Amino acid sequence: MNTVVAGITYRALLGRRRIVLLLLLPLALIALAIMLRLFGGNDPHSAELLMDNFAIAVMLPLLGLIAGTGVIAPEIDDGTIIHLMSKPISRPVIAQTKFLVAASLMAVFAAVPTYFSAWLLVGNEDGLAAGFALGALVAGFAYVAVFLLLGTITRHAVTIGIIYALLWETVVGTVVPGAQKFSIQQWAKSIAVQISDNPFLDTNVTLGFAVPALIIVTLGAVLWAGQRLRVFALTGDE
Amino acid sequence: MNIELAQVSRWYGNVVAVNDVTMTIRPGVTGLLGPNGAGKSTLLHMMAGFLAPSGGTVTMDGTRIWKNHHIYRNIGLVPEREGVYGFLTGWQFVLSAARLHGLPDPVEAARKALATVEMEEPKDRRVETYSKGMRQRVKVAAALVHDPPVLLLDEPFNGMDPRQRMHLMDLIRSMGTAGKTILFSSHILEEVERVAQQIEVLVAGRHAASGNFREIRRLMTDRPHLFRIRSSDDRKLAAALMLDSSAGGVALGPDGLEVRAAEFRRFARLLPRVARTEGIRLHQVSPADEDLESVFAYLINRST
Repeated sequence: MNTVVAGITYRALLGRRRIVLLLLLPLALIALAIMLRLFGGNDPHSAELLMDNFAIAVMLPLLGLIAGTGVIAPEIDDGTIIHLMSKPISRPVIAQTKFLVAASLMAVFAAVPTYFSAWLLVGNEDGLAAGFALGALVAGFAYVAVFLLLGTITRHAVTIGIIYALLWETVVGTVVPGAQKFSIQQWAKSIAVQISDNPFLDTNVTLGFAVPALIIVTLGAVLWAGQRLRVFALTGDE
Repeated sequence: MNIELAQVSRWYGNVVAVNDVTMTIRPGVTGLLGPNGAGKSTLLHMMAGFLAPSGGTVTMDGTRIWKNHHIYRNIGLVPEREGVYGFLTGWQFVLSAARLHGLPDPVEAARKALATVEMEEPKDRRVETYSKGMRQRVKVAAALVHDPPVLLLDEPFNGMDPRQRMHLMDLIRSMGTAGKTILFSSHILEEVERVAQQIEVLVAGRHAASGNFREIRRLMTDRPHLFRIRSSDDRKLAAALMLDSSAGGVALGPDGLEVRAAEFRRFARLLPRVARTEGIRLHQVSPADEDLESVFAYLINRST
């Protein structure tokens, strides 16, 4: 962790209009929760549906994409990352710092709003709010790690990330049973199931698979991103 | 400190950007001269640790540069691309460089570096409000903040106004005199001539020539020159010129004469003398190949 790298990264992501991108989805989630509550949908089933179909399936991967690619891809694109990399700091440390910044953003912009919106609907009943908040937090770490890595591999990280988030995580991950094992959002649900007693919440992925998978994916992606930065090449315009 | 390149090549797929270059960059100012696309940036990126050589080695006092972040304690890099966070002020940008280097007194180091490039007055403005020349100067300040013995600058004078250019040239010269190893790339001979003691010429990825500016100048003026001449009697002039060995060849066309001068100086003296004795009026004498590209083309052919 390098505080100067972290400081610059926070400013790049939270400065000016970019913060709007990060706020949009959690605000939509809270707005949906408020509407459900106003119109009498504050029952355990509606709460589970909102968490499952919006918080985990839509908001989490997209926020992960914004934060995960946002901490590195624009800097690689415009060359500003040279400022950080032409210094006596190991490149893996730069990658780890960028990951920590993105992970902290996931805690604030994904986990907290997830807890808050579930709490709006059912309070602390069934542990639904806590379960999904923890699931969103841990899965959020995995998402930003993967998208950070993607940002160091390709200049089209955002496009590929959107296709991955929408196609794999949202469609395949929810529809194709076999593929669910390899979907980050299902791992998040598997954690939520452990904590929550909500009767409508269910998953095909066991905790024994989800936890090691989350750890391996997160650590693996961060380490790999560090190696990618070690061999980062400026090709120039020639 | 020296930067040594030993048989360095770099290719992208089938395209060879740098071809078997061996050179040593020593203390003082070295200019890396070559036309656009000659591979100057590729070579500089390899010296800066931002590109792996496909063949050969790039070292700094014996230490490998690629995949070695410790070298940045001794290297300051001014990249060609903007590469400056627009949302930071000039002060914050240079200060962040000092902190990233872990300097004991980053505030003092940043203040000194900004003073060196005369950027104290606009330092509290965001970088995005700066002109290109000002951005260039904060980049130089950030690269100098840890007082590195080696400084690499990629096309540093691009986009600067004449005054800023002069100031940066003075700065580079004085740092070179102080014993720093400075390498800068440029495609403009005059720029390189005015600042560099040592000139390395890169053409089409090859190390085409090496020497101080007098040697490089001589190399460039001693090559065969092509002149286009219009006169009152082209045919008579052609015949008279061919009698002297300094004229290598004469072609007579509808637009006048094309004369290839084998020896530039001698031919320059010969032409007016011949015209006078033969009573021929010269309407036009123009060099047909004075642009830098043809000079480089000559150097390539010479080196192969």
